[in-house]
Amino acid sequence: MKLLKLVPDHTNIKFLRWRVPFYAGSLLLMALSLTLVFTKGLNLGVDFVGGQMIRVTFVQSAEAPVAQLRGEVGALGFGEPIIQRYGKPNEISIRMKLPAGADRDTAISDKMARTITTDLKRNHPGARIDGVDSVSGKVSGELWQSAILSLGLAALGVAAYIWVRFEWQFGIGALLSLVHDVTLTLGMFALTQLEFDLNIVAALLTLIGYSLNDTIVVYDRIRENLRKYRKMPMPELLDLSVNETLHRTIVTSLSILITLVALLLLGPEVIFGFTAAITLGIFVGTYSSIYMAAPILIWLKVTSKSFVPTETALDRQEQLARERG
Amino acid sequence: MLEFSRWKVIWLWAVTLVCVAAALPSVTATFGIRWPAALPAPHVNLGLDLAGGSHILLEADPAQVGQQRIEGMDESVRAKLKAGATPIRISDISNRGGALTFLVEDVSKIDAVREAILPLTTGAGLTGQRDWKIEVIDGNRFVLTPTPEGITLAVSQAMETAVEVVRKRIDALGTREPTIIRSGANRIVVQVPGLQDPQALKNLIGKTAKLEFKLVDGTALPSDIARGIAPPGSEIVPFADAKEGAAPSIAVKRLGGIRGDQLTNAQLSNNQQTNEPTVAITFNSEGGAKFAKLTTQNVNKPFAIILDGKVLSAPNINEPILGGSAVISGSFTTESANNLAISLRSGALPVDLKVVEERTVGPDLGADSIRKGMIAMGVGTLALMTFILLSYGRFGVYACIALVINVLMILGVMAIINTTLTLPGIAGFVLTIGAAVDANVLINERIREERQRGRRVVQAVEVGYKEASRAIFDANITNVIAALSMATFGTGPVRGFAIVLLIGIATSVFTAVTMTRMWVAQWLRRARPTDIAL
Repeated sequence: MKLLKLVPDHTNIKFLRWRVPFYAGSLLLMALSLTLVFTKGLNLGVDFVGGQMIRVTFVQSAEAPVAQLRGEVGALGFGEPIIQRYGKPNEISIRMKLPAGADRDTAISDKMARTITTDLKRNHPGARIDGVDSVSGKVSGELWQSAILSLGLAALGVAAYIWVRFEWQFGIGALLSLVHDVTLTLGMFALTQLEFDLNIVAALLTLIGYSLNDTIVVYDRIRENLRKYRKMPMPELLDLSVNETLHRTIVTSLSILITLVALLLLGPEVIFGFTAAITLGIFVGTYSSIYMAAPILIWLKVTSKSFVPTETALDRQEQLARERG
Repeated sequence: MLEFSRWKVIWLWAVTLVCVAAALPSVTATFGIRWPAALPAPHVNLGLDLAGGSHILLEADPAQVGQQRIEGMDESVRAKLKAGATPIRISDISNRGGALTFLVEDVSKIDAVREAILPLTTGAGLTGQRDWKIEVIDGNRFVLTPTPEGITLAVSQAMETAVEVVRKRIDALGTREPTIIRSGANRIVVQVPGLQDPQALKNLIGKTAKLEFKLVDGTALPSDIARGIAPPGSEIVPFADAKEGAAPSIAVKRLGGIRGDQLTNAQLSNNQQTNEPTVAITFNSEGGAKFAKLTTQNVNKPFAIILDGKVLSAPNINEPILGGSAVISGSFTTESANNLAISLRSGALPVDLKVVEERTVGPDLGADSIRKGMIAMGVGTLALMTFILLSYGRFGVYACIALVINVLMILGVMAIINTTLTLPGIAGFVLTIGAAVDANVLINERIREERQRGRRVVQAVEVGYKEASRAIFDANITNVIAALSMATFGTGPVRGFAIVLLIGIATSVFTAVTMTRMWVAQWLRRARPTDIAL
């Protein structure tokens, strides 16, 4: 049986020749993502800004009457609701700011939830209340802080690990490609205005771990080749390493993407944003393991001397041969 | 490298079988097959986001605990100084402003007072701090301030008691398997699976249920009460439900009352004349004696029954109540009277608890999510297996068997350590499946590469496993770092996801690296191929 090969053997694509334009492009995309995040903003869920979120499924109809609901809930006197679809057109979430004084007396927010859900059920017999989340301003502030903190710690943690296992240049390269992946994912959230909640932070943390998988494979090969080909110029050596690992980079990314796409298309709608974040991150991560993580090693002046060669039998033989010659 | 001793083979299969066996009850449950009751059935718990239910985060205010301590100290100091052989007179006592202050009228008694107070304080913290700071200013004014260490200790003790009280109250509701745990310094997490309307629960937990009996101060002028001015030694307390035309609050004497915490029982009962719900309480012997004394000394005077700082009723003491039991009335509904009875039975909360976060998930959403998650997992796994089989032939078969075992092992380990599967956890499962074959891809590619370099089959396999292991190890460590960060930061669902990832990382290394190596080694020894299709 002929086995499937997505990439022919012994490719020799000059990836690194285009490193400057690709790097510039990546940095531009990152800048664009950040601009989006700061101008358009992330659509932060109640986890991070506090408030109340009521999830409703309209069981009997194909589509939720969003405009009508906006009017109905708005007329209840608790302020303007933010109503959004998630997943299917008949699944929506209604988000409300907590009324004044709710931080001191939780009966106020209870009353709001009760009034809204009762009103919903009366006006729409097919409405099924799937969940009510109430998060006070204090708790949401803490959640936001710990989310930022854990993202930072995780990124620094894995970069430090790469530094210890390889060299400091590789640590910086890994950190850079992480920041690249996470920034572009954030940019997607700003662009699509998908809700950004606790689960998305978990997705970003997952990304920090998984998007590095390919980078590590490439780095591992670079290190191996640095020891093997002492004289080879750096760009050529990087190209060789990337080409040698190209097939596995593509197959591993593809195998994760196969399962993720299944989850994206068939999985629970509630975690659509979560899956989308990981999927995009893995996709971008494959690119960044080639174009972000590798070229920086040239600029950070990695050479074969960066790795103090371990004294192996082979080395000793080589040395002896040179002394005789 | 390819040598597997008989014992190692047995050991590897034993671990695998134990984990897979532990997964079976969860698998059969998914397909609706009943697991025989005679067999042990470790199972994976479903998180609230899958099973439906309520999650409530309660918070106590440390400042309130501090104030309680100051008020308690107030009483203790008064009692102590009065009790000695020669009572010491103090005046201008204040327990406001974060400290207890008072004047000692006889300056020569300063040292005696200090000696009397010192035993009322104890050590707090590890480095020898006391729980109170005692100062004397202006010659004869004592200032007693609770130290931060003292308050921390008191908050901690109060929270321990609060957890117990909350548990008793929730148990009284008859809810199934509630989880009640302390979180941080001053919070409690309550999770009740299957509970759809947390209102009743919150009504019950939200009540501090501090019951007091205090004498009504008959000397207070109604006009003063209306303006909130109480005679010296008294305080103004509002009625729980002020009636039209009647005064909204009443003046009661601060001291000389008793607390209703020394109870042996509290039951819902009915007033036989009006048929209104009431709560019948029974004191323990000490409480009964105090209650008897209070009622004997104050016959024909009104006393106020105060619950959580609000007057329920202020009946007249017609005769001494010596039997050690009493009936509390005060515009109850059957539910509120029953709640009060439960709350009194479980004891008062040592501190007020406030709901700061609340999440309720309906049961349909979770069931829907599980079904869709299973479908996605099935389709994803099949597609992935096809891809791997097409790419790696025989080695792909090993990878696929490892994959199936991996899924079962994750479930098994989750069941053994009794962890909770959450909605993001399902995604973690799917993700782990996709990532687990990474190791096989790396190994197989390396073997292929070594073959192309001209190594013989056995050597290529050996080098392939060895060289690929380095990158597999490093990649898994970075995943562990990220997952650990998630487990420490996350609550509930997110932590559930992190746990699935962590377990998946461990089991995938076991199945995708160790197990496949064993199978490949056994095949190589059996078939002795001179070439392999890769």
